[in-house]
Amino acid sequence: MIALSLALAASARAEELLPYTIVNDGIPASLTGAPGDVARGRALVLARTTTCILCHSGPFPETRFQGDLAPDLTGAGNRWSASQLRLRLVDASRFNPDTIMPSYYRADGLVRVGRNFAGKPILSAAEIEDIVAFLATLRD
Amino acid sequence: MISWRAIAVATLFAVAPALLAGEIPPDARRSGYTFMGPDTRAMQDDDTSNPGMLFVLDGEALWAKKTGSANRACADCHGDARSSMKGVAARYPAFDKAIGRPVTLDQRINLCRADHQQAAPLPYEDRELLALSAFVAHQSRGIPITAGDDPQAKPFVAQGRALFMQREGQLNLACTNCHDDNFDKRLAGAPITQGQPTGYPLYRLEWQTLGSLERRLRSCMTGVRAQAYDYGSPELVALELYLMSRARGLPMETPAVRP
Ligand code: HEC
Ligand code: HEC
Repeated sequence: MIALSLALAASARAEELLPYTIVNDGIPASLTGAPGDVARGRALVLARTTTCILCHSGPFPETRFQGDLAPDLTGAGNRWSASQLRLRLVDASRFNPDTIMPSYYRADGLVRVGRNFAGKPILSAAEIEDIVAFLATLRD
Repeated sequence: MISWRAIAVATLFAVAPALLAGEIPPDARRSGYTFMGPDTRAMQDDDTSNPGMLFVLDGEALWAKKTGSANRACADCHGDARSSMKGVAARYPAFDKAIGRPVTLDQRINLCRADHQQAAPLPYEDRELLALSAFVAHQSRGIPITAGDDPQAKPFVAQGRALFMQREGQLNLACTNCHDDNFDKRLAGAPITQGQPTGYPLYRLEWQTLGSLERRLRSCMTGVRAQAYDYGSPELVALELYLMSRARGLPMETPAVRP
């Protein structure tokens, strides 16, 4: 009885995150099964609440408020495949265990997460797909 | 055998150097002041344009005002703050023997109110508490920070250091990731400083008022989407103590101005 209810509780919590499969250094398949939207992806990367622009800069002439804690995103689509970009966003610590880049699609192994954010990934699967679609267009 | 020796050597290295890995050497420590633009510096430098000085003046009046059912003023016990409070804030948070742990300047003020004035405690970020705290800390302006030197404070400094190094929140970032590893860089275009607590309570243009170090730490925690510690909690006091010991030797600036 107890084991069953624990299993149910665990699956209810895991429901937030869609399952994905890592192949080599990427996630080849879309998290949602559908391709992302490039324009929405660009808007998301530029939104401060998404947090990318706090650390990164990129080809965004309309804003002065860009970070320099991380590489410029210009040309990211040349350097990385969509599959690699997807894994980088889902869990950048797979590439570099000491990275400061947050894992955007992870909700476990975190400490003292704020009440409003607990148990949730930073971005939804659909948002990740939009951003991947946009980053893939960043070619020199 | 070999592993025991390795452990002994490792322990030696962990204890021997005054400076722990990843920490900023004394001659490279810089106040947030040095990261600011000329206009904000000028505002801090000139007492007639520094908005924090209004709080210091309020604090001076409160220092002399009789309060509580004991009907006593701070000045009745401590006399002229210019001499009696000189250098005090540079040693805070300080170990309190009666309580057995460190207390912040704000907490000390409230302990004096309770024990010697029989007055109700002032709430955190209350204007009167900030004013008194600014007035007392102002008497240390220019004096090098020595907080955390007291051997009894050491375990709490260590606790604060562990919290500083701990990744937390939904963004999974530690204080050290920004303030040790990335100062001088820009977060969304704004400079990241070393997070040295030299000027508190200080006037932050973004807040449009004076605020405590605890307020600042809580907003950094909220920024990484962590659950901020409560005002006055042992964790915040330990972090404050660690930050002050990390700023050892830097002169106090209260009331500082920050963007
Ligand atoms: C707190 C800082 C931080 C945030 C926020 C952040 N990143 Fe990063 N990112 C980094 C760092 C640092 C690297 C360099 C490699 C590493 O350390 O993992 C990096 C690497 C990358 C790379 C590979 C860059 C290259 O060309 O080599 C991409 C693409 C990327 N990030 C995209 C994003 C996107 C999109 C977001 C927001 C959804 C984001 N990052 C948020 C810090 C950050
Ligand atoms: C994502 C980056 C980041 C993290 C993580 C972070 N801070 Fe900050 N912190 C800032 C920024 C930006 C400011 C405002 C500009 C400045 O003073 O650096 C700031 C300001 C401060 C200041 C004020 C410095 C002054 O001159 O008044 C202190 C002290 C401080 N932080 C301590 C901490 C502590 C302690 C933690 C962990 C609980 C922490 N910070 C976590 C970015 C961060």
